[in-house]
Amino acid sequence: MGIRNEQMSDIADKVKKIVVEHLGVDESKVTPDASFIDDLGADSLDTVELVMAFEEAFSVEIPEDAAEKIATVKDAIDYIEKQKAA
Amino acid sequence: MFSLTGKTALVTGASGGIGAAIARQLHAQGATVVLSGTREAALQELADSLGERAHIAVANLSDPAEADGLVAKAEAAAGAPLDILVNNAGLTRDTLAIRMKDSDWSQVLTVDLESPFRLARAALKGMLRRRAGRIISIASVVGTTGNAGQANYAAAKAGIVGMSKSLAQEAGPRGVTVNVVAPGFIETPMTDVLPEAVREKLVGSIPLGRMGNTGDVASAVVYLASEEAAWVTGTTLHVNGGMAMV
Repeated sequence: MGIRNEQMSDIADKVKKIVVEHLGVDESKVTPDASFIDDLGADSLDTVELVMAFEEAFSVEIPEDAAEKIATVKDAIDYIEKQKAA
Repeated sequence: MFSLTGKTALVTGASGGIGAAIARQLHAQGATVVLSGTREAALQELADSLGERAHIAVANLSDPAEADGLVAKAEAAAGAPLDILVNNAGLTRDTLAIRMKDSDWSQVLTVDLESPFRLARAALKGMLRRRAGRIISIASVVGTTGNAGQANYAAAKAGIVGMSKSLAQEAGPRGVTVNVVAPGFIETPMTDVLPEAVREKLVGSIPLGRMGNTGDVASAVVYLASEEAAWVTGTTLHVNGGMAMV
């Protein structure tokens, strides 16, 4: 369980880092509920680039219909955690 | 005007007449060029004649994996990220539709339409991140007018235009432009063998009164690759001596 939690927080940290890098936003703004488009200033191309960056960083495949539902930082973390746990 | 100093360009089909002319002119404007094609000896000869800032990357674009990997291969050869992609490689398998084999159709579509997409997709990933880039594809007047015996080629070339307009819309917000050059009848070894009467008839249909040369096409590519063309995207530049005004 302890190991599992550690892995999960690793995922959250990594997701936040990718978002900060790609969108050039301040780390403090990247809260779990922050919406990429509404709060972090991303456009549709940014969100596609983010999804591709997540895929590369976590070696997961995020299909188009799943990608469409990833609107917030938490959505991304939850999706990747689920994929990694499966 | 039209300086390409510091830019890196990949030209596919660079061992052919038009491709070599494009590579020469981009190089003359200061670009580092990566010459791609299937014939290594011909590419190397061209690279040697250009001297510095010329590299080769052999690839067979009828193989999807080789098409997918070519941008990375070119960047490795040049030691720099790609600024300019010129999709020039193409082949023809001319015959009337009723005699056209499935393989005639699929080979032309694979090399002339699918591989430009694969290359553009690979190039765009870096270009979007860097907020700059030029993608220029060579189509043909027959993509607009059609031509008996070239249903496959005309379909591929018309496809290039639709694809480029779509990519132009996707990449525009990042300052990446995507355009097409559509040549008409260009003097090449292939047209040199035409009977004189056929030639005369062809030239008679061209208001500017001559066949085009490979430099005419290359100049159009240089323009679209340049900073001066920064506000031109999704367009098709017809280079055909006025034969088809579209």
